[in-house]
Amino acid sequence: MQSTDTYVPPRPVVTTDAVVHLDAVTVVYGSNRALKGVSAKFAPGAVGLLGPNGAGKSTMLKALLGFVKPNEGRMTVLGMDVAQHPLEIRARIGYMPESDAHIPGMNAVSFVAYCGQLAGLPAVDAMQRAHEVLYYVGLGEARYRNIDTYSTGMKQRIKLAQALVHDPDLLFLDEPTNGMDPKGRDEMLELIRVLGHNKNVNLILSSHLLPDVEFTCDHVIVMDKGQVVAQGPIAELKGPGGRVFELRVKGNLPAFLDVLHGAGLDCKSTDDDVMRVFVPARLSSAGEREASGRLPNDQRIIFELAAQHGVQVRHLRPSVPSLEDVFAKAVGEE
Amino acid sequence: MPIHDQSYRRYGGGKASPGRAWSVIARAGIMTMIRKRAFLGLLLFAWLPFVVRAVQIYVAANYPQTAALLGPDAKMFRQFLEQQDFFVFIMTIYVGAGLIAADRRANALQIYLSKPLLRTEYIAGKAAVLFTFIMVVTWLPGILLLFLQVMFKGSFEFLKANLFLFPAITVSSLLQALLATFTMLALSSLSKSSRYVGILYAGIIFFTAAIYGAMVAITADTSLSWLSVGSNIAQVGDVIFRLPPRYATPWQVSLIVVIGLIAVSLSVLERRVRGVEIVT
Repeated sequence: MQSTDTYVPPRPVVTTDAVVHLDAVTVVYGSNRALKGVSAKFAPGAVGLLGPNGAGKSTMLKALLGFVKPNEGRMTVLGMDVAQHPLEIRARIGYMPESDAHIPGMNAVSFVAYCGQLAGLPAVDAMQRAHEVLYYVGLGEARYRNIDTYSTGMKQRIKLAQALVHDPDLLFLDEPTNGMDPKGRDEMLELIRVLGHNKNVNLILSSHLLPDVEFTCDHVIVMDKGQVVAQGPIAELKGPGGRVFELRVKGNLPAFLDVLHGAGLDCKSTDDDVMRVFVPARLSSAGEREASGRLPNDQRIIFELAAQHGVQVRHLRPSVPSLEDVFAKAVGEE
Repeated sequence: MPIHDQSYRRYGGGKASPGRAWSVIARAGIMTMIRKRAFLGLLLFAWLPFVVRAVQIYVAANYPQTAALLGPDAKMFRQFLEQQDFFVFIMTIYVGAGLIAADRRANALQIYLSKPLLRTEYIAGKAAVLFTFIMVVTWLPGILLLFLQVMFKGSFEFLKANLFLFPAITVSSLLQALLATFTMLALSSLSKSSRYVGILYAGIIFFTAAIYGAMVAITADTSLSWLSVGSNIAQVGDVIFRLPPRYATPWQVSLIVVIGLIAVSLSVLERRVRGVEIVT
């Protein structure tokens, strides 16, 4: 790479472990409070921003980009205050918007190079980087085509390319797999995973798709109705606080669900008639088989409750706790 | 398969300091227009009056018997710029209508504003595209005619006697270009369809002229010329070229209307050019 025009943007020392820090941030659109006093820390690496539609994920990203001015609170990105250093921050972040977004009338390589120049890259470097990132995102062969002719999946890739061209330290990816076919989705997730884990690019992946976050991220922040309802490393959130079982029963199901809830067990229905039951650690001995060879405590609890209320257990199988369980628990789904 | 590494590589080169992105936007916009054959044709066509005026100046300079009829004066330069009004109108619609509307249609604003550039830089870059082309068909040929007169005549006599023409051409062109640029950009920021924007701009120009024409027909008085966008520019232009104003409206009123329109346009742009559209 040539190094003409040798301005190097300031890289202040990050005084906190978090790459992004929100402190009691509130964003109000008219009468709608999109973010309600949100405080969160995004750890370095890949962090998932998880939540149902309307939870406030995109609003949070737009506030961090400076598109939306918070009514209250303070935000820092890469150690810099968003209100005081918006340009310095945007020089070091890449943003992949949720909606279809491009600059009309350009082919892919011109568009990505143009974005590189807008981010401060010299023209020659921007063009070289454009070719590189387009190959990286899998658009190498289509890079001279007009973007208006691209499919939805290709437009997702071009959005990632423009976010990467200036080599950001932090990537904001807003629903990056929207509208992609299964193969393209897997490829996109693999690209994101590699960026976050092998290329030292910090990233925040906003998604309502649990598998996407689980595959690509190490940490997660779960949002619901404008608030953070859970945050931390995914592995930590998933366990070892209890065990999850797949359960199918015959009998009065609504009444039995009430019984399970009453006993402190979380239940969530899945496909068919199988439900997932979370038994907290405080109710079991972490699933250890007792010396007598009897069933582990957590399984016995379910059988005993079923027996007491005349319900037949047709299927009970331990399951690996998934991010879905964390999410469901955090947002209070049943 | 290319021979270089296709994996993602970190960038080790330098970056330009913030504040220059407007020139990137302006350059890209100008190059996009120049690549269009239809636009190049329009540009060439817009220079035809220049050729005619150049011949006029040549004949007047080399055949003294025609000097009384064809000899250049302030009025000739003023008339030349007025003739260019038509091309300014066409060019404003052709170049300007899609400048922001197309970006809004393709959701490009959030791409632009996620880069290290301010909204003012974005607006300045877009404005520079239209402003440049308007100046190319007004100020540039006007100044060239002035130089041609000196060259064909072989003396600075005319220039010395009419030194005010240089600032007059410059200020008159600037005022026209600024008004057309910012009103068109403001309209372009209001819609996602460049076609509607073009129709809206033409509508405003013709509608205000029609209203003024009707008022003149009713009152037989030109003191309401401030109602027409084009009349305001014409009125101020006359004063700049030291010619008697053609309307009864005080030229200061016309100038205030022109400045007011630019201010309103800037206010619209400030509201409309945002990374996110908030509907409450």
